[in-house]
Amino acid sequence: MAKELIRLSGCNVAFDGDIILDNINLCVKDKEFLTLLGPSGCGKTTTLRIIGGFLKPDSGDVYFDKVRINDVPPHKRLVNTIFQKYALFTHLNVFENVAFGLRLARTQNKKIDKHEISRRVFEMLDLVSLKGFEKRDVASLSGGQQQRVAIARALVNKPKVLLLDEPLGALDMRLRKDMQNELKQIRQAMGITFIYVTHDQEEALAMSDSVVVMEGGVIQQVGTPEDIYNEPSNAFVADFIGESNIVDGIMRSDGVVEIFGRKFKCLDGGFDPLEPVDVVIRPEDIDIVSSGKGKLTGTVTGVTFRGVMYDIIVDFHGFKWLIQTTDLCPVGTEIGIQIDPDGIHIMKKSRFSGMYGDYSSYSAEYDDIGDAELEHETDDKDSITRNA
Amino acid sequence: MTRKPGLFGRVYNGLILLFLYAPIFVLIVFSFNSTKSRSVWSGFTFDWYRSLIQDSSIMNAFYTTIIIALLSAVIATVAGTFAAVGFYNMRRRWRTPLMHINNIPMMNADIVTGVSLALLFVSLGSALRFNLGFGTLLIAHITFNIPYVVLSVMPKLRQLDSNLVDAACDLGCTWLKAFWKVVVPEIMPGIINGLIIAFTLSVDDFVISYFTAGGNVMTLPMKIFAMTRRRISPEINALSTILFLTVLILLIVINVREAKQEEKQKEKLRRSQG
Amino acid sequence: MKPKYLAIPYIVWMGIFVAAPVLIVVFYAFTTADGGLTLSNISEMGRFLPIFVRSFELAFVSTIICIVIGYPVAYILSREGARVQRLIIMLIMLPMWMNFLLRTYAWMSILENTGLLNSLLTALGLPALQIINTPSAVVIGMVYNFLPFMILPIYSVIVKIDKSLYEAAQDLGADTVSVFRKVVFPISLPGVLSGVMMVFVPAVSTFVISQLLGGGMVMMLGDLIDMQFLGSAYNPRLGSAIALVMMIIVILFMYVMNRFGEGEEKAVGL
Repeated sequence: MAKELIRLSGCNVAFDGDIILDNINLCVKDKEFLTLLGPSGCGKTTTLRIIGGFLKPDSGDVYFDKVRINDVPPHKRLVNTIFQKYALFTHLNVFENVAFGLRLARTQNKKIDKHEISRRVFEMLDLVSLKGFEKRDVASLSGGQQQRVAIARALVNKPKVLLLDEPLGALDMRLRKDMQNELKQIRQAMGITFIYVTHDQEEALAMSDSVVVMEGGVIQQVGTPEDIYNEPSNAFVADFIGESNIVDGIMRSDGVVEIFGRKFKCLDGGFDPLEPVDVVIRPEDIDIVSSGKGKLTGTVTGVTFRGVMYDIIVDFHGFKWLIQTTDLCPVGTEIGIQIDPDGIHIMKKSRFSGMYGDYSSYSAEYDDIGDAELEHETDDKDSITRNA
Repeated sequence: MTRKPGLFGRVYNGLILLFLYAPIFVLIVFSFNSTKSRSVWSGFTFDWYRSLIQDSSIMNAFYTTIIIALLSAVIATVAGTFAAVGFYNMRRRWRTPLMHINNIPMMNADIVTGVSLALLFVSLGSALRFNLGFGTLLIAHITFNIPYVVLSVMPKLRQLDSNLVDAACDLGCTWLKAFWKVVVPEIMPGIINGLIIAFTLSVDDFVISYFTAGGNVMTLPMKIFAMTRRRISPEINALSTILFLTVLILLIVINVREAKQEEKQKEKLRRSQG
Repeated sequence: MKPKYLAIPYIVWMGIFVAAPVLIVVFYAFTTADGGLTLSNISEMGRFLPIFVRSFELAFVSTIICIVIGYPVAYILSREGARVQRLIIMLIMLPMWMNFLLRTYAWMSILENTGLLNSLLTALGLPALQIINTPSAVVIGMVYNFLPFMILPIYSVIVKIDKSLYEAAQDLGADTVSVFRKVVFPISLPGVLSGVMMVFVPAVSTFVISQLLGGGMVMMLGDLIDMQFLGSAYNPRLGSAIALVMMIIVILFMYVMNRFGEGEEKAVGL
């Protein structure tokens, strides 16, 4: 991956005494697909708005191609944005929405003649499969079609970077998956940088070159999707990305960790002797064996059928784990478990220790509750805009 | 439960409508009465319409009313729209008290607004050497019109997608350009609505005009008040009839247009779904 | 330029033409002609107690009559089909577009001693009534002029009630009367409240209706204020004091109404 394109250096934003962003340092490389991922209120949209130029950081600098752009207004940045809920101009039709930026370029003496405008608009409408819709009222379009208009409107100006703020949040599941693929294809066709904001970890893992996990206005981890999933830096990241059992452990020595008084082999090292640590064990990395043969023995207390496998909840000494298995283990069964060394990931203790990774109150609806938080993010972002 | 009202309910509502319209019909009928009597019918005539049009003071009052209404409505609409956009972009801490002050002329009794403005104009007038007249009347009308414009534009601003201005800036607008090219067109229905309300209120106002116009300028409602106090004058009936018919025709035209637009919209929706 | 600065011209305008006039009224109410502080304008209020009482009484009676007549209209109307609703709302609003002086003038010709009503009564062999120049005439005039202001806000609240609420109430065992009593009425109260504001304030401060239909025999606060500014008893300081006291009573009244309304809203859990 090529050179650095955008850099945020020590950016802080506070609003009414609340810290929204706390010392954000971030580097975006040219032609990269970078995702800002986190729950509502984590500061991901605020970070995006700083890059777009809609918000100035209270302190810290923003560089574009090594040039400081803190004071460059949005309309002079080589960056375009796809907004939450699209922000289409309802008083204009599809064609005029897409042509909006081009017509402005003309009034700013950059001279784009009529034929050129219409050629480029049609080219874009073709790219987003909206040919034949140019005369339509944007209000008469479906959510997915409006989404496409927003994409065409942003891309027609040939930006170097496209910012996408939860662009698929308003679409239903099926459509969202289709649009994910389409966005990837569009990026390949255009060959530009995408900075993508989402609270949906699956979407982030599926689409990105690198993922930035944020929480509480702080970047928790930056890495490839594989890094983030396999080597989470703390309990928050481990819990937010995928499902994780997170338990207290003690490092006996490099490669040996003690959980519930039993020693397990692992691949991590470099900790102090007897240092307390957080241990992450992914539900799919646990092997079920008969109750006598396992390192640990527990009782199945819940089973949920998930299609390709079962989610089972197992009680070990009062601590409940989630295990994913293709074998049916009815409620009440005593089982033993084994964990391979590469299924165990050791993390330093952090402020998130003990907050996540317990499945005592597990329910199948868990993911849906997470999605409902989206609304809040919109709200706090609004209040920032209003005072920018 | 959503069943239609019974006979009793319909008769009741019919009677209320009768109550609302009977006096107006009486006015209209007696505008064609050949004597000045307001209760005995004595033959058909157009005389009162003729004398109405020939009465230069009535016609002058009519012109004054229209000019004041047009000027005050246009000025109030421009000022009120800017004010609404400004208020909308303020922090709540500032916006709330300002909206309260904005609402004073609407909540206050007209007579209090009228006399308090009159007091202001008289005190300022003695210092700055001007008298009550067309200018003070216009200022008074603008003052009571702006709050209604603000109130009809504000909801349209709230309905705006909060990213709309950002989107326009993102595509190359300065803030001011975004305001003209995006915000104004999007809130246009609210602006037009405010303009219409302002114009209507201005035409209709009597109490505030009465206190702020001074002795030399007269609006139509002031003229009507003077006529009703002085003597029985069937010209008033003729005037009422003309005004009533004007409003009736206007409302019918507006409603027919609206109904047609709604049809169109539905048609569009059907096509887009089909 | 920040968008919020667009409001500055109007804020200045409000300062001069909205806030300052109110302050001038207060200033006039508490000063003498040579600028000294005084309470005499306020203390003279006792002299006008009967007029205060009459104004609030007539306004109160008119408001109650508007509710009693107007509420059923709104409720019945809300159950009509959409087209009928639209038509009738139009019909209710149409007279409001005619200047209220003209509407009041119409009642003069109906209620006067030799007017239409009495001609009708005599023709039916009934005794003629003396209505014009009495408080009754003033109340009739106020009810007639302000009734639409009561019907429309009530209607706009009732018509927005979710139809499934009726069904839910019925499902839980309420009959038509209970549905009205326990669901429609409590929800419609905010509409009644704004109707009361829209009727009571102009009613208590009117001087046109009392002059035209009361014939100077039914003196109200509006007449009293009018007299101090443009009438025979020219005394703007006293006029300001009367206007101020009236305003304060009205504000107190609205405040109490609002509190009452909030309590109701909480009670029905809105």
